[in-house]
Amino acid sequence: MKKVIELQNIRRDFIVGDETVHALRGVSFDIHEGEFVTIMGASGSGKSTMLNILGCLDTPTSGEYLLDGIPVKSMSKSQRAVLRNRKIGFVFQNYNLLPKSTAIENVELPLMYNDEVGSSERRSRAVEALKAVGLGDRLNHKSNQMSGGQMQRVAIARALVNNPAVILADEATGNLDTRTSFEILVLLQRLHAEGRTIIFVTHNPDIASYSSRNIRLRDGHIIEDKVNTDILSAEKTLAALPASEDD
Amino acid sequence: MNWTNLFRISLKAIANNKTRAFLTMLGIIIGVAAVITMIAIGQGAKQSIQKEISSMGSNIIMIHPGGDRRGGVRLSADEMQTLKTEDYEALRNECIYLTALSPNVSASGQLVSGNNNYPASVNGVGTEYLDIRQLNIEDGEMFTEHDVRTSAKVCVIGKTIVDNLFPDGRDPIGETIRINQVPLRVIGILESKGYNSMGMDQDEIVLAPYTTVMKRLLAVTYLQGIFASAISEDMTSYATDEIEDILRRQHRLKEDEADDFMIRSQQELSEMMDTTTNILTTLLACIAGISLLVGGIGIMNIMYVSVTERTKEIGLRMSVGARGVDILMQFLIEAILISITGGIIGIIIGGTICACINWLANWPVAIQTWSVVLSFAVCTVTGVFFGWYPAKKAAALDPIDALRYE
Ligand SMILES: Nc1ncnc2c1ncn2[C@@H]1O[C@H](COP(=O)(O)OP(=O)(O)O)[C@@H](O)[C@H]1O
Ligand SMILES: [Mg+2]
Repeated sequence: MKKVIELQNIRRDFIVGDETVHALRGVSFDIHEGEFVTIMGASGSGKSTMLNILGCLDTPTSGEYLLDGIPVKSMSKSQRAVLRNRKIGFVFQNYNLLPKSTAIENVELPLMYNDEVGSSERRSRAVEALKAVGLGDRLNHKSNQMSGGQMQRVAIARALVNNPAVILADEATGNLDTRTSFEILVLLQRLHAEGRTIIFVTHNPDIASYSSRNIRLRDGHIIEDKVNTDILSAEKTLAALPASEDD
Repeated sequence: MNWTNLFRISLKAIANNKTRAFLTMLGIIIGVAAVITMIAIGQGAKQSIQKEISSMGSNIIMIHPGGDRRGGVRLSADEMQTLKTEDYEALRNECIYLTALSPNVSASGQLVSGNNNYPASVNGVGTEYLDIRQLNIEDGEMFTEHDVRTSAKVCVIGKTIVDNLFPDGRDPIGETIRINQVPLRVIGILESKGYNSMGMDQDEIVLAPYTTVMKRLLAVTYLQGIFASAISEDMTSYATDEIEDILRRQHRLKEDEADDFMIRSQQELSEMMDTTTNILTTLLACIAGISLLVGGIGIMNIMYVSVTERTKEIGLRMSVGARGVDILMQFLIEAILISITGGIIGIIIGGTICACINWLANWPVAIQTWSVVLSFAVCTVTGVFFGWYPAKKAAALDPIDALRYE
């Protein structure tokens, strides 16, 4: 299988006042196409820092990162922006949707910055992505008229729409209740089944068993990296959950 | 870069931040409208005064006896008598830059007609005086060269004189009025000119042949002044030079001797008035400048604050693949659209206010192209700069820093 991500001895230091915080202290691993990786660890262990580097939102202090075989370190800011636009779909814990904008406008956003996609194609791809996350009937709902679960679906649709090499999700279910969390997991498992590469950061260890590989971080080090052969079905878990009161 | 998309993004962003767009525009509108209105009022006043001055005869040149001296020094009897009829005749024969020329002597006294009398002065002038002062005969006729040669006892009078000496509505033409025992027959009535900008009644006027006034009323041989009209306003300075040469020769003045006469042109008068109105315009321009500054600071604040507020939005856009230039262009287009729209509305409002002032208060206004261009440019440049500059700073951030920005 093709390597989508190669990390070589990544370090990330933050200077706070006159102290240096070592958020990542030499992290190396590869991720292959079609993997569904969960990254776990206590709060402050460096999960977000690592995911931001993977998403080209942040740059490592040292070490090399190859995305789809392309070394990111030597790239200019603009080149990294194009890379984010074509290869990465990022899902944030707090959704980060454009306020006062509709679902379709939010999902179209990455394609607005892609010259190769015309307006009719942009629209049809956004509709398709929203249908894929089950929001085909809410295209013109504004972000402030939606529930947390719906907003996160819009964010996932936005991450899907540019057909990225890898989908990165940072605590994507962190703000959601159990039921909605599992609905999102079902969605991610389905995307995984379709062959997409997914990296999912969570501090909830229960979620690990729904992915194909688990990486555990502590204090900026990898302390565990194991393949999960016994993947649970989120759909079954969801069906087993007691129906929530408001549904 | 895809301009259609950038435009779409910018328009959407403006629509999503209507209050901000409105407040920015307000600053620009106030600045532009204030400058246009203030300058228009100042220039309107200037132009109306200039118009009034030129209605006195814009090419007029006045020659008076006596050297050019300042302060309250009285002229001696000799100095008062340096202008003679011969000087007038020499100018009349030799000047090529003049279209009209008239001597001027005046005698004051009590005008009497029947039971009515009125204090006034009789102006002794030549036939061309009407052209110089741009006066017209309404009724009857002007005296002729023949009347001048024969020192005929005739006169032409203005409306105020008619009203005071002939209050019963009788036709004054053919009637005789007396001044200092000398009877003058009224042969013409002048068209009314009303009051001038200095509040002088221009209809309180009696014109008689200068020979009549000199011989019969004053018994003098010198002139109190000579009025002339240059062939055009541009030629006024040539004409005054020519007059000076002729008069110096006539008076046999040596190289080192100063002129014993004074030449004043309408141009000088209007330059003097210009200085006054320019002070007014400057004052109004200062007020306008302050409004422009206040407007500019408003624009600056709102633009700056809004970009800072929108750093999160910038981070989000960058996280999905917007490059620094895309962000910069978006904010630039937003700023340009807002500033130009505001500027155009400002011009329209400024023009409307000017029209209202002109219509309601009857003030003269003259909208100046340069004030429109200047205020528009200042406001748009301020708006665009302060939209662009903070956006440039925000676009230089790493996306994650922009997203985290509080
Ligand atoms: N921008 C930053 N400035 C300073 N310190 C930071 C910054 N981001 C993260 N850190 C520090 O780096 C460490 C790892 O943080 P993070 O990656 O957010 O952990 P996690 O996502 O696992 O909770 C923490 O100690 C945190 O305080
Ligand atoms: Mg985190």
